[in-house]
Amino acid sequence: MTTFDEAHEHHGPPPIHYSSRVSPATLGMFLFIASEIMLFGSFFTVYFFDRVVNHGVNGHWPPTGFHRPAFVAGINTLILVTSSFTMHWADTSIKKGNRAGLRAGLVLTVLLGLTFLLTQVIEYHRLGFNTSDTSFAATFFGLTGLHGAHVLVGLTILTVMMVRAFRGHFSPEHHHGVEIGGIYWHFVDVMWIVVYVTVYLL
Amino acid sequence: MKNPFRSEQDAFRFVWLTIGYFALIVIGALINTWLGVAVFVVVTAVALWWLLARTDAREPPVRQTPAASPPEEHRILVVANETVGGAELLGVIREHAGGRPVRVFVVCPALNSPLKHWVSDEDGARSAAQARLDQSLTGMRAAGLDAEGEIGDGDPIQAIEDALRTFQPDELILSTHPAGRSHWLERGVVEKARERFDLPLTHVIVDLDADRR
Repeated sequence: MTTFDEAHEHHGPPPIHYSSRVSPATLGMFLFIASEIMLFGSFFTVYFFDRVVNHGVNGHWPPTGFHRPAFVAGINTLILVTSSFTMHWADTSIKKGNRAGLRAGLVLTVLLGLTFLLTQVIEYHRLGFNTSDTSFAATFFGLTGLHGAHVLVGLTILTVMMVRAFRGHFSPEHHHGVEIGGIYWHFVDVMWIVVYVTVYLL
Repeated sequence: MKNPFRSEQDAFRFVWLTIGYFALIVIGALINTWLGVAVFVVVTAVALWWLLARTDAREPPVRQTPAASPPEEHRILVVANETVGGAELLGVIREHAGGRPVRVFVVCPALNSPLKHWVSDEDGARSAAQARLDQSLTGMRAAGLDAEGEIGDGDPIQAIEDALRTFQPDELILSTHPAGRSHWLERGVVEKARERFDLPLTHVIVDLDADRR
C-alpha cells in the first residue's frame, strides 16, 4: 500500500486511482468518522427532541426522580482525556524512534480506556433506573451506550496496536497503524466530551 | 477546509479545541442559560469560520518524472476552459514547440456551478466540456499539431493532477480569460498550479472577444 509520504518521496505522479493529497487509509478513516458523526447525530437528535418535548411537561430536566452522576462522569472524562495524552505520546515516540515510549504510551492508553469502560459499567449499575424507565432513560443509555461501544472498539484496535508494538512492527518510517488508531481514539474522546457536556452537564 | 482528523497530531489538537469550545459554553450556561446560548452561537460561528477558511499551506508539490517520450518530442499539457480554441493559445504552443515534433494533451475541466456540483448534476457541464474539447482538438489537428485530450475535473488543479497520471508533459500551459473576466484568476489557480506542480508553467491570456473582432 502506498502511503501519503511515499507518494511524495518517489519522483512522479501518484499511481492511478491514488490521490497524492491524502492516503487511502487516512481517507478511509475520515469517511468512517464522517459516518460515525451521522450515527451520533441521529442519537443526539432523538435526545434533544425528547428533551425539548418533555421539558415543557414538568419543567425539569432530567425528569423528577432521575439523577445524572455528573461527578463520576467528570472523573471518567478526565481519564479519557488523559488517555488522549498517552496516545499522542505513543505516536510522537514512534515518530522519534522511541519504541519504549510507544509501548508505554499504548499500555497506559489501554489501561485508561479499560478504566473508563469499567467505571461506566459500575455507574450503570448504580444509576437506579433502566432503559425502559421513560424516554429520558432510553436516550441516556442509548447515547452513553453507543459511545461505550465505540470505546470497546477503540480498545480492541489499541490492543492489536499494543501487541504489534511489542512485536516490533512499528518504526519511525512505518507507523501508519498507530496513526490511524490514534485518530480513531481521539475521535472517541471528542465524542465523549460532546456526550458528557450535553447529557450530564447542560 | 482542512480535515481536523487528517493526522493523529491534528486529531489530538482537535480534542483540545473541543474541550475549550464546550468549556466556554458550559461556563456561559452556568452563569445564565441565555448567555450560554449566546456563547454557543458566537463560538460556533468562529469555529466554522476557522474550519472553512483555513487552507492546508503545507501541501507539498507534485513532482513529475521526465517525459517518457522520444528526446526530440516536446510534450505539452494544455488546461483551458472556454478559451481552449483561442488563436493566441495555438500561437504559444507553436512558439514553445520551436520546430520540434510536438504532442499536445488538452484538458477541458467540466466547469459547473457549486450547487450542481454538490448534487452531482454534471451531465450538462461534461457535454459542454466535450463540445469545447472536440472543437479545440479539431482546430489543433487542422493546424498540424498531434493533439489528444480529455474532460477534466471541475477543479482545474485536480484536473491537472489527474492528467499527470496518464500524460507526462515537459511543460504546462494554462489558458484563462483576461483579468476581471476570469474566475480562475480570481481564485488564484495559476499561482496554486505553480506551487503544486514541478513543471514549467506558461500562463496564456486569451481574449475571445478580441479574437472574434
